[in-house]
Amino acid sequence: MRKVLKGNGAVAEAVRLARAEVISAYPITPQTSIIEEIASMVSRGSLEAQFIKVESEHSALAGCIAAASAGARTFTATSAQGLALMHELIHWAAGGRLPIVLADVNRAMAPGWSIWTDQNDTLSQRDTGWMQVYCQSSQEVVDSVVQAYKVSERVLLPTMVVLDAFFLSHTYEDVEVPEQVMVDRFLPPLELPHRMDMERPAALGNLVFPDRYMEFREKMDLAHGVALGVWEEVGREWGELTGRPYGLVEEYRMDGAELVLVTAATTASTARPVIDALREAGVPAGLLRLRVFRPFPAERIRAILGGRKKVVILDRNCSFGHHGIFHQEIKSALYELPHGEQPVLHGIIAGLGGRDITPDDLHGMLDGAWSGKITAPVTWWDVLPVKDRERAAVTMVEGG
Amino acid sequence: MSTPAVQLKPGDYKTDVKPVWCPGCGDFGVLNALYRALARMQLEPWNTVILSGIGCSSRLPGYVKTYGFNSVHGRALTLAMGVKVARPETHVIAVGGDGDGMAIGGNHFIHACRRNLDVTYILMDNEIYGLTKGQTAPTTPTGDRTKSSFYGNPEPSVDPVELAISTGASLVARGYSGDMKTLTSIMVEAINHRGFAFVNVMSPCVTFRGDHQFKELKAKLRHLPEDHDPTDRTAALAYTRETDVMTTGILYRVDEPSLVDRLNHVNAVAQGEGPQPTTRDILKTFYPSF
Ligand SMILES: Cc1ncc(C[n+]2csc(CCOP(=O)(O)OP(=O)(O)O)c2C)c(N)n1
Ligand code: SF4
Ligand SMILES: [Mg+2]
Repeated sequence: MRKVLKGNGAVAEAVRLARAEVISAYPITPQTSIIEEIASMVSRGSLEAQFIKVESEHSALAGCIAAASAGARTFTATSAQGLALMHELIHWAAGGRLPIVLADVNRAMAPGWSIWTDQNDTLSQRDTGWMQVYCQSSQEVVDSVVQAYKVSERVLLPTMVVLDAFFLSHTYEDVEVPEQVMVDRFLPPLELPHRMDMERPAALGNLVFPDRYMEFREKMDLAHGVALGVWEEVGREWGELTGRPYGLVEEYRMDGAELVLVTAATTASTARPVIDALREAGVPAGLLRLRVFRPFPAERIRAILGGRKKVVILDRNCSFGHHGIFHQEIKSALYELPHGEQPVLHGIIAGLGGRDITPDDLHGMLDGAWSGKITAPVTWWDVLPVKDRERAAVTMVEGG
Repeated sequence: MSTPAVQLKPGDYKTDVKPVWCPGCGDFGVLNALYRALARMQLEPWNTVILSGIGCSSRLPGYVKTYGFNSVHGRALTLAMGVKVARPETHVIAVGGDGDGMAIGGNHFIHACRRNLDVTYILMDNEIYGLTKGQTAPTTPTGDRTKSSFYGNPEPSVDPVELAISTGASLVARGYSGDMKTLTSIMVEAINHRGFAFVNVMSPCVTFRGDHQFKELKAKLRHLPEDHDPTDRTAALAYTRETDVMTTGILYRVDEPSLVDRLNHVNAVAQGEGPQPTTRDILKTFYPSF
């Protein structure tokens, strides 16, 4: 059925289709309309589930952890400060091998307070053991949430499905909402092997001595390796059922591309016409969109980027002191390429705190890299000029 | 502490920042009462800190010409404690919403009361999460319909005043943002109080609770009877969990050592009174048979 949905509405539709049984959440802009919609579905009876309205995000994820441990399919959603407050339990959900699905509406972290988009909230959770998928459209949101349950329940790792604040969360578009019968066939009820079970009593959360702890952690790492294949398989299966296949990454006009823009989320949609225009002007440009970020498809990225001339990596995030985070990851993935096949990398940090990334910006970045005007390995895009870098570095106030 | 060299008027405590509250929001009344209270006390702006969490109400520090700190959701009291113990000579005022103070920050509230932290805490209670557009708060009356409870709030609610009295706050008051005169005097008493002074101000959210919240509260408004004994905890508790009336005034006030008093006392003991413990004495506290 076709519906006009905003990104947040798409999340709610998918949670209904996946038949989540326990939803536990606390409101925060711009996530709020996700849980309001789900609360209304639960009270109208279109989703048979328990909706727990808790008093903080820490409790929200605790609720999911407990319900998932009891064998229920669970969902929560948050943004920025809320995700940061969950951090202790973010580790727990992954370490407890619980297939929880969480939607995070990417929002910049305080201070200064911002409700607008950037990726530092989710990327700060990179090393927790969660899988992460970055979406570019409401259609992809619906499809990815349902796929996330399937993958999570196969490999026993939780997944964060990520969407940009406002550009995606609050923008309406035409979406094909899959039929319930099809989703039911695709996603059978959860059978968590280690759920609480009266027949097999067990204690959760015990002390683990040094002679065993590492083995549990290695299993998580192994599961990420397995998950790469599962995401590909599930994305293919989804394609057969709906005509919309998904991969770990998405390539656009990459045939013969010598100048590649790598980015994630809605910026990729802004980039497509820019790539088209460059092609028309004779520049061999292409686009690589990162979709599944954890597990990290390093091999796939290496195969795609090896031998290209220049790669511009656009990060809407920063690991302060060492590049944008996508830049870091791609650089380390390309290390294993033979010397002659290593492209020149230009990291661009742009769009933090919701600053718009326009087609003109993308033209500027790509033209700059292609013509050799941009030479720095990392560029902060479109920021006020700084007169004295040493002084600016140690003053809190703007400018300097 | 000295007072400012010139006589400050309420307007002198205003900043250039224009409040972004909805027209008719109860929080305007709280802000105006605070300007008046600060002027009546001639509090030095440079010796006063106002801290908040996050919410519509938590925007208040930006509108007052003192030090201000708009911190993270639910943590105003923890930050206030840090400021007070680092700079005990400053006036520390924490402000925020009922969601901020009773939901995500509820845990800190209990401990601030218990410690008798030397801070004035002004809670702007609209019985809803205003900033996130109208979800049920722990203060939302049972049965009320909100954006997160379509068929009415199924849960019992908390009365912050009752919680404060029962967990150890040494001054507990209730005010109404539409009654500036009483609210101003309550604020003056609260800021002057040594120890944890809690003022729960009923401050309507016209946007998500509707105009009727204002009217209903106004109709319920009563002042404490003249003969109320604020040192009588049982008498004070009789004015909590009210449904048909809303009694304003200082319900409870006792004189107890504050957190800073207690810390100073411990410091004094540790720094000199009596002989210093030997290593052996210290080890014995861990291992009595040593
Ligand atoms: C950790 C975290 N979770 C959620 C939010 C979103 N949020 C901001 S204000 C608020 C509730 C506001 O209600 P209240 O404290 O009563 O203030 P009011 O707006 O009603 O004055 C919430 C849930 C946040 N900022 N940080
Ligand atoms: S939403 Fe409610 S609490 Fe917030 S400013 Fe408007 S009236 Fe006041
Ligand atoms: Mg409120």
